[in-house]
Amino acid sequence: MTTSPVEVKEPDIDEVVTPDRPWIVLVWNDPINLMSYVTFVFQKLFGYSLEKATKLMLDVHEKGRAVVSSGPREKAELDVFRLHEHGLWATMEHES
Amino acid sequence: MIRRRVVRDRSGGFKLRIPAEERDILRSVGPGLRELLVDRATAIKPGEDEAVDRLFPVAYPDDDERQAEFRLLAHDQLLESHLGALAVLEETTDADHLDEDQLLAWMRALNHIRLVIGVNLGVTEEREEWPESLDDPRAPGFVVYQYLTYLQGEIIEVLASA
Repeated sequence: MTTSPVEVKEPDIDEVVTPDRPWIVLVWNDPINLMSYVTFVFQKLFGYSLEKATKLMLDVHEKGRAVVSSGPREKAELDVFRLHEHGLWATMEHES
Repeated sequence: MIRRRVVRDRSGGFKLRIPAEERDILRSVGPGLRELLVDRATAIKPGEDEAVDRLFPVAYPDDDERQAEFRLLAHDQLLESHLGALAVLEETTDADHLDEDQLLAWMRALNHIRLVIGVNLGVTEEREEWPESLDDPRAPGFVVYQYLTYLQGEIIEVLASA
């Protein structure tokens, strides 16, 4: 990907004019959920490989949080909901 | 050698080999979660009860308006989902055999119960803060918590093994 050669002026209130800006789903570390459980849930909900799910789980554990999925608001909300069904501490925010 | 509590059987389901005294533990922990879900989860606002917050996390921590919309859409469904998993655990506590959906419900219900007990006990990742003696008033709760952790670990292991 490259940047556009033409300078496009971005409006300041981009949240209003670009409602489709992707959302990211974050999972936060907690001392109760088992590492094996978090890995299993990532595999089950998102179809990730064991390797990818393990890496995300370790990011949560070591860095305190990880981005586990992204997309339009409705998809992100559904992912957050499914993570909450499994007792994971998930939040969502606009991609920065 | 510790006998495995949950093993796959040839029908594609799972055999439960849980001793009676451990099934008594499982029976004893359901009501606490049910009480939280039925009596507290809807009445209590986010931030007022840590255990409720863990089972009904805030999706939009920095956006009160969107959070209110999300809660309106999701809260009752999430409550139903949590209660559904607990109902499977309660209805099949004495079962010798579970299908995969039932075992997944056990996994979720046990995790919800661990979250509630863990929050109440103030569980941290620092094992040195755990009670060392049975005289510690938190000890009985920790014994139950540790057992549920052990059983949940076995369930995850058997579910993850294809």
